[in-house]
Amino acid sequence: MTHIYLDYAATTPTDSRVLDAMMPFFETSFGNPSSVHRYGQQAEAAVEQARETVAQALNCRPKEVIFTSCGSESDNLALRGAAQAIKGETGRKKILTSRAEHDAVTQTAKQLAAHYGFTLGWLPVDEFGVVTPDAVKELISDEVAIVSVMYSNNEIGTINPIEEIAQVCHEAGAVLHTDAVQAAGYLPIENDILDADLISLGGHKIYGPKGIGALYVREGTPILPNLTGGGQEFGIRAGTSNVPYIVGFGEALRLTVEERAERNEHVRPLRDNIIETILEEIPDSKLTGHPENRVSNHASFVFKDVDGNLLLQLLDSAGFACSSGSACKTGNPEPSEVIIALGLSPEWALGSLRVTLGRRSRPDYVAAFLDTLPTMVDRARSLMK
Amino acid sequence: MSKVVVAMSGGVDSSVAAVLLKEQGYEVTGMMLRLWSEPGKEESNRCCTPDSMAMARRVAAKLDIPFYVVDAKEIFRDTVVQYFLDGYAAGGTPNPCLVCNQQIRWSFLLEHALALGADFMATGHYVRRQTREDGKHELLRAIDPSKDQSYVLHVLNQAKLAHALFPIGEYPKTEIRVIAESLNLTVHKRPDSQDLCFLAGEDYRNFLQRNAAEILIPGVIVTKTGEAIGQHTGLANYTIGQRKGLGVSSAVPLYVLGKNAVTNTLIIGESDQLGSTELTAEDVNWMAGKGPKDSFRAQVKVRYTARLAWAQVTPIEGGRQARVRFEAPQRDVTKGQAAVFYDGDLLIGGGIIA
Repeated sequence: MTHIYLDYAATTPTDSRVLDAMMPFFETSFGNPSSVHRYGQQAEAAVEQARETVAQALNCRPKEVIFTSCGSESDNLALRGAAQAIKGETGRKKILTSRAEHDAVTQTAKQLAAHYGFTLGWLPVDEFGVVTPDAVKELISDEVAIVSVMYSNNEIGTINPIEEIAQVCHEAGAVLHTDAVQAAGYLPIENDILDADLISLGGHKIYGPKGIGALYVREGTPILPNLTGGGQEFGIRAGTSNVPYIVGFGEALRLTVEERAERNEHVRPLRDNIIETILEEIPDSKLTGHPENRVSNHASFVFKDVDGNLLLQLLDSAGFACSSGSACKTGNPEPSEVIIALGLSPEWALGSLRVTLGRRSRPDYVAAFLDTLPTMVDRARSLMK
Repeated sequence: MSKVVVAMSGGVDSSVAAVLLKEQGYEVTGMMLRLWSEPGKEESNRCCTPDSMAMARRVAAKLDIPFYVVDAKEIFRDTVVQYFLDGYAAGGTPNPCLVCNQQIRWSFLLEHALALGADFMATGHYVRRQTREDGKHELLRAIDPSKDQSYVLHVLNQAKLAHALFPIGEYPKTEIRVIAESLNLTVHKRPDSQDLCFLAGEDYRNFLQRNAAEILIPGVIVTKTGEAIGQHTGLANYTIGQRKGLGVSSAVPLYVLGKNAVTNTLIIGESDQLGSTELTAEDVNWMAGKGPKDSFRAQVKVRYTARLAWAQVTPIEGGRQARVRFEAPQRDVTKGQAAVFYDGDLLIGGGIIA
């Protein structure tokens, strides 16, 4: 049976061009960039070339790019590093974020509040999951050290108005972090557009390898390292540079920027077809997230009286790989914080489904999926009774 | 190619069941039930700790089969655990595994398996299924009599049996171990256990104390002749045949002979007073769908671990009940356990001891 992958927001296959760029740095140019000799110089040159590439994509200076091990580490470095540095310098100790953020942000913020002397303010989201600039204005004060609002939401695809939120933050003297891990594949990330002080990126959502990410740190933003040790990454992130993965990340981001328009155009009509057909053909279905301001490869729904986890199993057995906000491999489903933050009642909240597209998605795949889904939703509903 | 869902636990038996079915050419999918645990005891539930789940997942990965976990916490609590508590409240010694097999494994999970497009569901039970020429399905005791688990499967009906596969019942346990080792399956080497999964390795009395303290009403211990000789801590804390922990001093060993739920008294006596020559089984399930009209001679098992005993079985109430008259007195006849009837290896049916 052929399997059709509809979960590109979970991860993407590594682009063969990216893989080709990485390969020499395992065996041939294997040096440690910190070494004085030529092996080291070769590796260092590759890392700095990648940093240059990332800086171009972000329209920033290379020294503002810190390589990390993944998007979650970037979020951790941004929150922990900046919040603690700012608190030390200014005494500001409040963190603002929303419950629709990725766990890497919410769990970190909760820990900072529970154990490191910070206070936490939860920014409300509207029915589409948007954090509005007005909502930030309501809660911002000269107590706030850092605000963290994601660029686009991984579960519901909603895009937040980062530039306007940045303005509100900066007027109050607070730093803005945005998690752009999901957005980078489809939205502009040049920082003259976003105007955020910290931006998280991850490799494997943009056809790069897993295990590599980056954090943009605007020059002058106070930040302490989470990983201390050798002076790598300008003293902000110790540890021997992961040369092949850094090279892969640079190449993946370069290709993404180059092909972004094309990729958007490829997935958007497929995505629109999915949303339109599902809302039309499946009774008691709702789109989650914003109807227009959403990432172009992203469709997400809730179905009333459906166990989302069970629906995923039925779809997988029928040959379709999707995701759900309540997805859980251990049979212990809880509705996701994000879905609850949208104000959905329990009979809707457990029945979420996320369908995300990518470069290998095809109209006939989508048609086959749309043929199967209504039956599977029916089946899942009948098992709930 | 026929599709089969194997109910996997991470243990040897269900893992080898999956292996055998794959070798037999089935398209195999693994499924595991997430069962209910007392809050805070999820780590020690015998059936589905995170550890056993990881084991099952590893076996599935090794066999290259899909693996899904199905949430059955609520329905398990509402049916199996409730049955357990109700049974003790009614003065019996319930066997919740029977209800789990009937309503969770072979109803709830079977429905999930069929919804996934499976033709069959398999478990790692030691029992054999065969299909007669007239299309009726039969259950036979396992090849390895020391491992036979047909007792807990007497609750299945023909509709369920039509979808049931029990691959390991055809092998002795030693061979199942050899198969597991030869495939280098890293499975749980946990000891065979009859403990209930949700007791998390504890004595059932502790569980009752925490979850149904209201049914533990202290009362009087009496002899068969009605003489009061002590105090009990609640009928549910005692089992027929129990000797230890009665709190009554006596020159000769004393045993629990019976319980009277109406008067809340515990009846005890000497070993020669133990044993019953007859019982009535209720809610009888006949494997063939319909039971025999006439009285018949059969071997009967009154507990999972009891020996087979010869008896005359007489269907009554149109077959919904059965009178069982043993040829020799049986020590372990206990209200709430099942009495299961056999003709040689063939499972005829069974019911709950009233």
